[in-house]
Amino acid sequence: MTATTTESRATATPPQQPPASRRRRQRKAKDDTSAEAGIGWTVLAWAITVIFFAPVAWMVLTSLHIEADAATNPPSILAKLTLQNYQALFNRGVAPFLINSAIASVGSTLLVLVLAIPASYALSIRPVEKWTDVMFFFLSTKFLPPIAALLPIYLLVQKAGMLDNILTLVILYTSMNLPIAVWMMRSFLAEVPVEILEAARIDGAGFVRTIVSVVMPIAAPGLAATSLICFIFSWNEFMFAVNLTSTTASTAPIFLVGFISSQGLFLAKLCAAATLVSLPVLIAGFAAQDKLVRGLSLGAVK
Amino acid sequence: MTTTISDHVPTTEAPSGPPPKTRSRREAWLRRGPLLPALIFTIIVTQIPFLITIAVSLLNWNIQRPGVKSFLGLGTYQSFAGLSNFGTVFTDSRLRAAVVNTIVLTASVVVISALVGLGIAVLLDRKFPGRGVARTLLIAPFLIMPVASALLWKHALYNPDYGLFNGLLNWVWQLFGAQQGPVVDYVSSTPMPAVIAALVWQWTPFMMLILLAGLQSQPGDVLEAAKIDRASPVQIFRHITLPHLRRYIELSVLLGSVYVVQTFDAIFTITQGGPGSATTNLPYEIYLTMFRKFEYGEAAAAGVVVVVGTIIVATFALRTISSLFTEEEMSR
Repeated sequence: MTATTTESRATATPPQQPPASRRRRQRKAKDDTSAEAGIGWTVLAWAITVIFFAPVAWMVLTSLHIEADAATNPPSILAKLTLQNYQALFNRGVAPFLINSAIASVGSTLLVLVLAIPASYALSIRPVEKWTDVMFFFLSTKFLPPIAALLPIYLLVQKAGMLDNILTLVILYTSMNLPIAVWMMRSFLAEVPVEILEAARIDGAGFVRTIVSVVMPIAAPGLAATSLICFIFSWNEFMFAVNLTSTTASTAPIFLVGFISSQGLFLAKLCAAATLVSLPVLIAGFAAQDKLVRGLSLGAVK
Repeated sequence: MTTTISDHVPTTEAPSGPPPKTRSRREAWLRRGPLLPALIFTIIVTQIPFLITIAVSLLNWNIQRPGVKSFLGLGTYQSFAGLSNFGTVFTDSRLRAAVVNTIVLTASVVVISALVGLGIAVLLDRKFPGRGVARTLLIAPFLIMPVASALLWKHALYNPDYGLFNGLLNWVWQLFGAQQGPVVDYVSSTPMPAVIAALVWQWTPFMMLILLAGLQSQPGDVLEAAKIDRASPVQIFRHITLPHLRRYIELSVLLGSVYVVQTFDAIFTITQGGPGSATTNLPYEIYLTMFRKFEYGEAAAAGVVVVVGTIIVATFALRTISSLFTEEEMSR
């Protein structure tokens, strides 16, 4: 920032200026103050970062302490580290919950892609008439609060005998993420150059061929980002999971909530569980962080 | 994109093959084909439940009492209720409290996290050592599973005996020679601020990311020109950055509102809506009405009210997105 300022000043020197020496002195003084201010801003930025990250760091640290050290007051930051809480989680059967979460989120993400890729093709590359209306229809469904649909969905799922069934979550998560995916994928497909599509058409490539061999390789980063966003939202979903599953299809967040009923000291194990279930999304989110904002704003912000 | 499409359309309707009318109709269906699976899926899964919600909201239906009439084979209800469930929604003190709590919770979380997010975005818009790392760490609160972060706040931070907040207070007090720091039970004494703080922590990164993208999309030459004209940083921020950011602020606030209104995890986990109904918001109240009171009609009516409220906010959100969207189309 400082560098740009001085540079622009130097190049943009107007004709009448004080003598060079004086100018230099002024500029130097200005640099010193802005450098000091710069350090101040940097320290502030890092201080805020540390404050915001502290709960996460505390969660991870506590998960590595034994229960007795986790529950001291004042906190014992330097206590001995151990992985025994994570061991305990697997002894308590966290694995099926993680597997259910993986099936629900990966399954729904795949289904979303199967539906969203052709749809976004029909909304960008060879658009249907009134395609903007279709886009906004998809978007408007994202704004309907899922809680208002819980009762009818519960009744329908119960009638279909699909309570406590992972397939139910796959379908619901697909409908939850499809608008996001359509909007994101459309914004990526809109960037595919027309010339390439023309060339493919002239070479006689059909719809499927064009998508698989021409569009997808170009839109691959967008596809990856879209998948990660869908994965994040399905993995973290709680409201449908807690109300529509009971034992066999319960996902990771349900395991976490079930923890509280346990007796005695549980803070370290709780932190270990919270860390463990958050890990896949933290990794996915960090990997997709450049595209995160595009997904969160439904493709409106790049 | 507009140019892309118009370039594209004439070439695809090349003047060969069957007569134009049948061809263009077939062409239109060929275009629609890829869209239909997604469209039909979305209509079935999202629209039918809402029609059912509206229908149930007009019924007296408590599943603990014997029903006499079948509702689409999904269950039996007592009688037709007209609009009386809506009367209950607006007069029942619990539901009225839930409406107020929803507004307080949503407005506080969105406004505070947008302001904090704006501050952080401005700090991150400068180059400084480790900026990429700082940004990555700042996103973390948004990525932690919401239920996990609610549990983290409730037990690891707020707990009066061994939570980090009281632990740090105690540590500071002991540093100054006191025997014992103050013991504050945050969740019981200030339930609403406790929930708001946890949600602000979770939503600030969301606001920050959108606003940072807005800041970084500022045209560099305008900022340079302002600097050459010796505008102060404050002047630049007020007269150039803020007007440019306006629509990004709108977008983050509106999208944030639409999402925060739906908050269920944090209430369920941190306070269970209590003490009393001090932190019961509409989603949690609907959940209670449905699965604790078994009043399906009332739950559906409350659901309809939430949808109508959301539509009002969402209309503005759609307008903002639409303006960003068309601007993007124009710029191509």
